[in-house]
Amino acid sequence: MKNAALIVLVAAALAGCASKETKTEAQVDDRSVNQPKSNMGQAPVTTPRGSDTVGRGDPLKQGQLAQRSVYFDYDSNSVKDEYRGLVQAHSRYLTADKRDAKIRIEGNCDERGSREYNLALGQRRAEAVKKVMTVLGVSDGRIETTSYGEEKPVAAGHDEQSWSQNRRADIRYSGE
Amino acid sequence: MKRVIFLLGALLFAFGAQAQLTIDITTSGGRQLPIAVMPLAGESTQPQSVSEVVGADLARTGLFRLVNTVGISPVPTEPSEVNFADWTARSAEALVIGRVETQGDRVEVRFRLFDVQKQSQLASYSYLVAPAQLRATAHRIADLIYERLTGDKGVFSTKITYVVKRGSRYELQVADADGFNPQSVLASQEPIMSPAWSPDGSRIAYVSFDQKKPIVVVQNLAQGTTRVVANFRGNNSAPAWSPDGRSLLVALSKDGLTQIYRVPATGGEAQRLTESTGIDTQPAYSPDGQWIAFTSDRGGSPQVYRMPATGGPAQRLTFEGTYNVGPRFSPDGKSIAYVQRDGGRFRIATMELANGQVQILTDGTLDDSPTFAPNGKMILYEAQAGGRGQLAAVSGDGRVRQRLTSAAGDVQDPAWGPMPTN
Repeated sequence: MKNAALIVLVAAALAGCASKETKTEAQVDDRSVNQPKSNMGQAPVTTPRGSDTVGRGDPLKQGQLAQRSVYFDYDSNSVKDEYRGLVQAHSRYLTADKRDAKIRIEGNCDERGSREYNLALGQRRAEAVKKVMTVLGVSDGRIETTSYGEEKPVAAGHDEQSWSQNRRADIRYSGE
Repeated sequence: MKRVIFLLGALLFAFGAQAQLTIDITTSGGRQLPIAVMPLAGESTQPQSVSEVVGADLARTGLFRLVNTVGISPVPTEPSEVNFADWTARSAEALVIGRVETQGDRVEVRFRLFDVQKQSQLASYSYLVAPAQLRATAHRIADLIYERLTGDKGVFSTKITYVVKRGSRYELQVADADGFNPQSVLASQEPIMSPAWSPDGSRIAYVSFDQKKPIVVVQNLAQGTTRVVANFRGNNSAPAWSPDGRSLLVALSKDGLTQIYRVPATGGEAQRLTESTGIDTQPAYSPDGQWIAFTSDRGGSPQVYRMPATGGPAQRLTFEGTYNVGPRFSPDGKSIAYVQRDGGRFRIATMELANGQVQILTDGTLDDSPTFAPNGKMILYEAQAGGRGQLAAVSGDGRVRQRLTSAAGDVQDPAWGPMPTN
């Protein structure tokens, strides 16, 4: 865990970022992020891109950064390993490339259950994603966690196939 | 922004009636009191039949059976004209007669209620109203009859609010308790949630997503003006009025996970009331303002808790099952209604606070948002049927059930308004 964070820090430093922001997040032995076995250790080692994305279109619409949704199991708010790469890519972008960007993470639920409790559950999912990102060096103040609860399903069906698409947290950059 | 919403509201009011709710009784148990509601003399020339509305109001409760009045001639309008033997023969136990007369630009409505067996008059009232008020007057008459015959206040003159979803369009509507006169008070392309009436019925607090996140707004119904009362970082939701109408309980996630706070009804600083490591939401004041019931998953599963309104330790109220959420106090403060999950089904339950006795009142699959009628006799709630949100109502003893259907779209998140103040 600590290693991953250190690597992020190093990566950020290599990219020529001012380290003020990342330093404040340096203590990242956060126990609540409970899946250290993922590829977290490796992913941040990829060569940090500083300005080499300039002029090639919106980086947020390409590759992993174009992926914005983290999906959850029923009654769960733990970020599954398969979405670690996605969350890391956005964290890297926020700490290395676009250090003035702010994001909102919007949690969602399937239709089962009470609307207001689902609204709070969606926000807890967004918080779970935020926690991973802050561990990776994104400062707390840049991430707002909100929720649409069960109000904005992307799939309209009333079965697990639809529900699984509706249990998610979406990353949205300010201005989008 | 304020002005836009106001204009929109005015526009919607002007174009008036949307597809209204139709209320049907689906089951009614127990003995129904047979009552004869005679056509009122002279009402056929008026824009609105009074006796039809009175009869429909009473019948919808499931507590009355309308006795056939066909063939009674001449129509009695005075006590001396009533032939009680006729009504005994028709098994009527109560009888309503009266007349409607135009007086200049107003209308005088008189009615009398009789106990058939005792051959005695139970009530007699007259009203002088504008013709447009005939329907409202009929509801007031039904309220009086209901109170005389059951001992409980009638709620036929109250209003309900609910959210209608049509495609991607949301409307907050206010209608009479019988589903008539639906008015859109707000329309949005974003979701609207959790409407809550102020205790005097003049304002509705609700959750708006117009800013792409949930915030709490209070709308003045007469003026159409709105005021944002909670727009903090993160989620702002679950508004619940204090009994004096001066403040609101809200659920905010500004400090991490959702917790319960109090904000002035005019907006302002939020005072944190709960301090848990889980989610605390769906607060509700007891009618006497002494308690706050709410949902919390601090113990692992979401359950209903209660804490003193002045702060202090919370006490868990629900123990059956792993999902009990969204408490609402009955108007007498003696019980709560809430949503209980049993297997994969979500149903409305009540609990008597004195002894913890639980009763499951509904048999839907996805029931939500229970709201008590202000006389405590019925609970209105959201019931999903065939993938669509519809409203339903159930009596406190579970015996009488109503379905409120609309052709308009999904109907959800109902809230029953207070007793009218006049």
